[in-house]
Amino acid sequence: MTAATQQSESTVGEQDVLAVAREQVLERGVGLTQDQVLQVLRLGGDRLQDLLALAHDVRMRWCGPEVEVEGIVSVKTGGCPEDCHFCSQSGLFPTPVRAAWLDIPGMVQAAKETAETGATEFCIVAAVRGPDKRLMSQVRDGINAIRESGNDINIACSLGMLTQEQVDELVEMGVHRYNHNLETARSHFPEVVTTHTWEERWETLRMVREAGMEVCCGGIVGMGETDEQRAEFAVQLAELGPHEVPMNFLVPQAGTPYEHYETIEGPDALRIVAAYRLAMPRTMLRFAGGRELTLGDLGAEQGMLGGINAIIVGNYLTNLGRPAERDLSMLEDLSMPIKALSDTL
Amino acid sequence: MDELYCVHCGRTVEQCDAAACRNARTSLEPPRFCAQCARRMTVQVTPSGWTARCSRHGETTSRSHQV
Ligand SMILES: [Zn+2]
Ligand SMILES: [Zn+2]
Repeated sequence: MTAATQQSESTVGEQDVLAVAREQVLERGVGLTQDQVLQVLRLGGDRLQDLLALAHDVRMRWCGPEVEVEGIVSVKTGGCPEDCHFCSQSGLFPTPVRAAWLDIPGMVQAAKETAETGATEFCIVAAVRGPDKRLMSQVRDGINAIRESGNDINIACSLGMLTQEQVDELVEMGVHRYNHNLETARSHFPEVVTTHTWEERWETLRMVREAGMEVCCGGIVGMGETDEQRAEFAVQLAELGPHEVPMNFLVPQAGTPYEHYETIEGPDALRIVAAYRLAMPRTMLRFAGGRELTLGDLGAEQGMLGGINAIIVGNYLTNLGRPAERDLSMLEDLSMPIKALSDTL
Repeated sequence: MDELYCVHCGRTVEQCDAAACRNARTSLEPPRFCAQCARRMTVQVTPSGWTARCSRHGETTSRSHQV
């Protein structure tokens, strides 16, 4: 341990990366570098429990025991002009998903169902390149109706790439957080999306942050990226410094270019969760889509004890999750309190 | 009513590849095709359920469709 503290972070190659991380991340709150994340991702199966335990200690030390619970709903489904290869909502792939709009009563009901789970976050999502006037006005009417129903849940949005005017409009509507995923490492992005660039996404995130909204930005693992690219993405996210990073695990969708991809192995998913926690000690790390299939019930619990401190409960945008009650009772069994609305105000 | 078509792939029940349509992945998917006529349905997923509408056969929901 003493040796570890005396060496600089750039010359730790010969040392055990978990010993280094204990001093650097747990004690000092400094996230792992790209090389260090890669070393963590390459740890053998015999070190996985040690890794998860350290990631959990880091989360408890720098974030605390609370878990932020969120529900999401798709207000505009399908028919998207973009070609994100993982997505069943692209209009460019022969998937069975048909275009659909959720009406205002439906939005109010979805926000109510979410609040009833004890969640403090409700995210309104649309499958679009960026919002048009109709979508912006639907979101505005939806938020007003949710407030008029007496529901004071925090409202986030995920509506694609924004103009500065749209950013300002969302702030004015009271949207406190904006989700826009970079999805994968910059070097891998052109393999996943060809209709827009990683840099265009970054630009939206920059505007969101400068306007004072919380930035929510994560991605999907299991899209053919290498371990090097997983490490690259971790430090690119750390550089962005989002409030929240949602972690999705690819669920291959019928009709998409990734239809026949295999889901990643549970231990690999857990290793990635823990590595990302060590790269971003203070960031909210959320379990998002694909955890049910990739990790199952036991793996979900191991993830909660391996760096995760936020979850999406209930269903996703086009796929189903496990019932919210199962996640809530898991949190109770783990003695992890659900973050209350009053904590966030 | 008997299901004539697979709600995940839209093929007849006899032609559906059970391995592809009855597994852990499809257990986390709402129906996409009408079981009566195989039309693609308009599906809305919400935090606690789903609603699927066939233009000919109307609406089914997660509450009416316990699997
Ligand atoms: Zn089928
Ligand atoms: Zn029908």
